[in-house]
Amino acid sequence: MHFEARFSAVGGQGIILAGTILADASHILGLHAAGSPTYTAQVRGGPTKVDVIVDSDRILFPRTAAIDFFLSLATKSYLRFGDNIKPDGVVLVDPNLVEVPAEDREKYKNFYEIPIIQLTSDHMGRMVYTSAVSLGAMVALTDVVTEDAARQALKTRAPKGTEMYNMKAFSVGYDIAAKMKEKGEYVYSM
Amino acid sequence: MGSFTDTGGDIKFWPGNIVVAEAAVAAGCNFFGGYPITPSSEIAAHMAMLLPRNGGHFIQMEDEIAAMGSVVGASLAGAKSMTATSGPGLSLKLENLGFGYIVEAPCVVVNVMRGGPSTGLPTHPSQADVMQARWGTHGDHPTIALTPSFHQELYMETIRAFNLAEKFRMPVLLLIDEVIGHLSEGVVPPEPGSFEIINRIYSDVPPEDFVPYDTSNGDIPPFRPYFDGYRWHTTGLNHDHTGFPTTIAKDVEADERRHYRKVTEHRDEIDKIEWFLAEDADIGVFSFGSTARAAMVAVKQAREMGIKAGLMRPLTLWPFPNIQVNEWTNQVKKLVVPEFNLGQIVYEVERSVHSDMPIKRITKAGGVPIAPAEILAGIEEVA
Amino acid sequence: MAFDYTPYLRQEKMPHMWCPGCGIGIVVKAMIRAFSDANWDPRDIAVVSGIGCTSRAPGYLNMNTLHTTHGRAISFATGIKMHRPDKHIVVISGDGDASAIGGNHLIHAARRNIDITVIVNNNNIYGMTGGQYSPTTPLGARAATAPYGNLEPSFDLTKLLIGAGATFVARGQAGNGRQLSTLMKKAFDHKGFSFLEVVSNCHTQFGRRNKMADPMNMIAWINDRAKPLKKYEELGESQKDQYFPVGVMHEDLDRPEYTETYQALIDKLAEQQKEAAAAK
Repeated sequence: MHFEARFSAVGGQGIILAGTILADASHILGLHAAGSPTYTAQVRGGPTKVDVIVDSDRILFPRTAAIDFFLSLATKSYLRFGDNIKPDGVVLVDPNLVEVPAEDREKYKNFYEIPIIQLTSDHMGRMVYTSAVSLGAMVALTDVVTEDAARQALKTRAPKGTEMYNMKAFSVGYDIAAKMKEKGEYVYSM
Repeated sequence: MGSFTDTGGDIKFWPGNIVVAEAAVAAGCNFFGGYPITPSSEIAAHMAMLLPRNGGHFIQMEDEIAAMGSVVGASLAGAKSMTATSGPGLSLKLENLGFGYIVEAPCVVVNVMRGGPSTGLPTHPSQADVMQARWGTHGDHPTIALTPSFHQELYMETIRAFNLAEKFRMPVLLLIDEVIGHLSEGVVPPEPGSFEIINRIYSDVPPEDFVPYDTSNGDIPPFRPYFDGYRWHTTGLNHDHTGFPTTIAKDVEADERRHYRKVTEHRDEIDKIEWFLAEDADIGVFSFGSTARAAMVAVKQAREMGIKAGLMRPLTLWPFPNIQVNEWTNQVKKLVVPEFNLGQIVYEVERSVHSDMPIKRITKAGGVPIAPAEILAGIEEVA
Repeated sequence: MAFDYTPYLRQEKMPHMWCPGCGIGIVVKAMIRAFSDANWDPRDIAVVSGIGCTSRAPGYLNMNTLHTTHGRAISFATGIKMHRPDKHIVVISGDGDASAIGGNHLIHAARRNIDITVIVNNNNIYGMTGGQYSPTTPLGARAATAPYGNLEPSFDLTKLLIGAGATFVARGQAGNGRQLSTLMKKAFDHKGFSFLEVVSNCHTQFGRRNKMADPMNMIAWINDRAKPLKKYEELGESQKDQYFPVGVMHEDLDRPEYTETYQALIDKLAEQQKEAAAAK
C-alpha cells in the first residue's frame, strides 16, 4: 500500500496538524508515514502545504510523485499546489474559498466540494476545529486509515479538555462526506 | 496544537531537526550554543526548550563564531556540548572548530546542509558541504562526520556522534540536509539505558601530577575539566603534552600525527556502512544521507528490471571508507555515485578505486533533490 | 611581609615574552594582587584570552588558562561560565583583540550582563603583528598601516561598554599599579559583567613610531595625563583633550546577572515538573 496525501491552505498550522494526525493514525495501524511541510522563509500568510506519504513498507524516497488525496482550503494554495494529482485521486475543496477552474471538475473523477469552514462555524462555533472537520471528511472519502485509528490519533493529539469537541468536529466532516460518497454526490447541499 | 513534543503515541512523528535535539539530550548533551540559521534553527529552538528542563544550558550567541567558541569553552569545563548550523554558519565556525581539534575538546557540530556557495538556497537542501566538513578549517586534522538517512537512524547516529566525540576527544560533525531536517517521520526513542553512552575518560591522577595531554597510555589523553582542584593551560598553538606551546619540529609533528592516529588507528570503531542488495550486485551505487534514500528506490527498480544493482551507504562519511569501496570493486563491475552537489565525494570514490573501473557521476544543484528516476537512468546507462 | 606572587605564577615559564618595559607586566602583577585581595583560589579561576601580546598573559598564570582564537575569548569564556557559574572567569585581551575582531562578543557579553570580568590592555596598537593601527589608535598617530598618520577616529572603550549595558566599567592606567589592582578587585567583586580598560604602553610598536620609544617616558606620559574621574570632570572643555579620566566610570547594581537568571529558570521548571508529577 502506498498513499500520498497533500493538505494545503493559506496560513498553515491547521493543515500541518491534520497531516500529523494522519501520520499518527497510520502508525497506529502499523503503517509508515513521512511528512514534508512547505518550507519557505515567510510561511505566515502565504499558501502552505504538507505532504504526507503513507506506506505499508519503510518509506524510502520521501517526496510525493502522484497524489492520491488533495485538500485545498484556498484558491492560492489550490493553484500553487494542485499538481501531480492522480486522475482517480480524491480532491476535496471548500467551494467558498477555492475558485475551481471549471475543467478540473472533469479532470478528476472524485472531485468533492464541501464548505468545510461554514460547517465548522455552524457546528463548532470555533474555527480551530477546521482541521478535525477536514480530517473527518478525508478519512471518509479515502481508505488510507480507518475511522477508529483516525479518531484515536486525534484524541491523543487534542489538547486536554478539547477531546470531545475534536471528536464532534471529526464526526461533522466524516458523516457528511460518508453520506455524499454513499450517494455518489460530489457537491454538498444543505 | 501543532506541538512536536510528546502528545502523540509511542511512535513520535518528528521533523529531523527535532530528532537531533531529542537524541542529543538523550545522549547527555547539557550545553548548546547556537545562532539562528535556516534550515537548522528548529534544533536550537528545541534545545532552548529541553535543556533548562534537564538542568542544562542553552545560549543563543551573538554570531556563529561565538556559538562555536562557547561550545568548546563549555566542553573544556566538562560539558557535553553541541551546536547546529548550516553551510554559511559552518564557514564562520571553522576557525573555532579547528581550535576544538587542536585542544581535543569533545563536541558535536550539526550541519543541516543547504545550497550555496554564500547565502545560496537557504530553504532548500543540498549535500554540497561534504568537502567543507573534511577540509574547511585550515591545517591538518582528522575528521569524523556522520551522514544518516532515516529518522530512527538519525536518533541513534546523533548519540553515536556524541559517543565518538567523547571517546576520541574531538569535535564530530553530523551532516544532514534540509530534506532530513524538515521531514517528519516515525521515530521510537529508545528507552534510556538501552543504548550505550560513552563519556570521555577522566584522568585519575592528583591535580599536582596532572598532565593535560598525557599520551603515555595511548593516543587519547585522559581528560580533566577545568576546576575542582585541577588547573591547566589550553592553547590553539601547537603544544606538547604539558599543554604549553612548542615550536620543536619533532614534537609538533609527533602531536599532529597522534591526532591523525586517533582516527586512523580506530577505523573499526568509527566506520559504519549500511549495505542494500549489495551482496551479488554488479552495479554498485555509492550514496549517503538523503540522496541514499532515492538511491535505494532506484536500486530496487533496477532489480525489478533485471539489473543487479546494490547500494553502499556510509553512515560514517569521514573518515572515508576507501578500503571498503576498493574491496567492493572486486565484486561490482561499475560504480554509480549520485550526490546532491556538482561532484565532491566522487573524488574520494575515484581515488579509493585502484582499478580503471568506470565511475558514473550523478550530480545535481538547484534545490530539488535527486529523484530515484535520475539515479535509475544512470544505473541503466552503465548496465 | 612582602606579597608572595608565586602561588599565582608559573615561574617555570619565565622569562616572559614581552618587551622590557611593557605595560602588560604591570597589568598581570595588579591582577595577581587583586586575585589575592578578592580571596579567589587560583584553582577556581579561569583566565581566557584571544590572540596578541596581552593574550599571552594566561600562560604565566597558574590557574585554568585558555588561550583561544583571535577576538573570541569572551565566547569561550561564556561557555565556561554557563557550565560552571560558580567559578571565576576573567578575560584578558588587547585593544585590537577585544574591540576590533572581538567587538561583537564584547558588546553582547556586556548586554547579557554575564558575570565575567574583561580586562583590556589598551596600548593603542597591534603589537604582536607589527604595529598596525587598532580601533583605539589616536587620530593622526602613526602605525605600520598608517604611515601618513591614522585617518580613523578611535573608540572610547569605556563609553562603548557603558552604551552596551556593562554594569561595571572602570579605567586604570599602567603608571599606577596600586590603583589598577584596586579597580580590578572592584571588578572581580562585581556581580555581573565588569569591564576594565587599562591605558598602557607599547613603546616598541606605538612609541617608536610616535616619538615615545622609551618605556619610562611613555608610562610617565600616560601617568601625567590620567586624572581621577571627579577631577577630570571639573576640567574645562579645552583642557579635557589633554587628559583622560580614571576610576570607576559606571556601576549598576540593579540589573540581574545572566547565569543567575538562567538558574532561576532551571529552578522554576524543576518546580513545575515536581508539581506536575505530584498532581498525577
